[in-house]
Amino acid sequence: MIIIVDYGVGNLGSIKNMFKKVGVKAESSSDPAILRDAEKLILPGVGAFDAGMSKLKERGLVGILNELVLEKKVPVLGHCLGMQLMTRRSEEGREAGLGWIDADTVRFKFETDQAHLKIPHMGWNVLDIRRPHPLVSGLGTEARFYFVHSYHIVCADEVDVVAYTDYGYNFASVVQKGNIVGAQFHPEKSHKFGMQLLRNFAELVS
Amino acid sequence: MIRPRVIPCLLLKNGGLVKTVKFKDPKYLGDPINIVRIFNDKEVDELVFLDITATIEGRRPNFDLLGKITSECFMPLGYGGGIREVDDVKKLLAMGIEKIVLNTSAVESPSLIRAAADYAGSQAVVVSIDVKKSLLGKYEVYTRSGKKATGHDPVSFAVEMEKQGAGELLLNSVDRDGTMQGYDLELVRRVADSVQVPVVASGGAGNVQHLAEAIRAGASAAAAGSMFVFQGPLRGVLISYPAQEELRRAIP
Repeated sequence: MIIIVDYGVGNLGSIKNMFKKVGVKAESSSDPAILRDAEKLILPGVGAFDAGMSKLKERGLVGILNELVLEKKVPVLGHCLGMQLMTRRSEEGREAGLGWIDADTVRFKFETDQAHLKIPHMGWNVLDIRRPHPLVSGLGTEARFYFVHSYHIVCADEVDVVAYTDYGYNFASVVQKGNIVGAQFHPEKSHKFGMQLLRNFAELVS
Repeated sequence: MIRPRVIPCLLLKNGGLVKTVKFKDPKYLGDPINIVRIFNDKEVDELVFLDITATIEGRRPNFDLLGKITSECFMPLGYGGGIREVDDVKKLLAMGIEKIVLNTSAVESPSLIRAAADYAGSQAVVVSIDVKKSLLGKYEVYTRSGKKATGHDPVSFAVEMEKQGAGELLLNSVDRDGTMQGYDLELVRRVADSVQVPVVASGGAGNVQHLAEAIRAGASAAAAGSMFVFQGPLRGVLISYPAQEELRRAIP
């Protein structure tokens, strides 16, 4: 079963419903015993970086997540803030991130002639897939995803980037390293395209 | 971005969906869950629900109904109506609503904007600005479902709301609501030119060209009600949404 890590932020209802729609069993929990039994993990999240990290800590989840993801190599998908928490740090906050991927989270920074670009990057956008990966297969040419974020991640090693998205410049919108995958957009809010991505994640063979 | 967002804005009243004209004469459209399912199938960019009687009836949001709605929605959702405390905001976000829409609270207790933005990030906080134009052409901000004049000018109010932490402004022309005659483009232009945050134009859209006009006037997104729920001159209820191809052509 896929366990959605419930640390008190974000919209777990819609992601649970989307898994249900694609016929995949998923539950949300913050119970270490249940997390330990997870075949795969989802690290969701909306909101501010420090608030997210604090909540993971308050619930005593950092240790167990590190163990599951780094030692037991349980596949994990972090999305939106969940993806950013997997980096080392964020310009948004002072707390250290989980540091699972060799990346930092930075605020969108535009040139002066790009003043028309609003922050947050909010709306539907497309993926420029640079590296074929089962996670992004079968999306079709019309695929679009819903983004809401003021910060994005920058990978130290471009090899970790599966797809970029263009907003003023290219930022990493899908990353993958080993059992760890991240998506900057909200799959649970991206209609059939998000559904396909979640289905792909559920079918990933670790 | 592929193109600006086009957002059906749906009005809740007594648990059903209605559509107004100039914020009056709500006409019953049907059950919200059924209508949401149709909008889901049509893969709309985003949906906004406004409970138009919550504040004037002194109610809080109808969390039960909203929970049912959000579980059906695989698109981003905004909700406004009766939000008065950070606890309301927390509950709404936890149930899967991306954006909370403040209107009366934004005027009567603006500290809620900052509190909500601190909790959830500015992108989750939309201030809805209802504007009426006087006979002399002066714009004024209204609250309480368009019933209460505030004395605020929409431009300075918009700037203030941005300063308070609003991440988006939903700009409604009360006079154009339900008329399908096109947006108040001058209003859109004035407000969009004076703030950095996205402005969503609302009130008056009758066709795809109107949506495009709002975007050209500086709006980041276009919201509409009547055009997505009515069909023909007799305003028969029929849920529709332009095809992606049509939107891409009209609003590049």
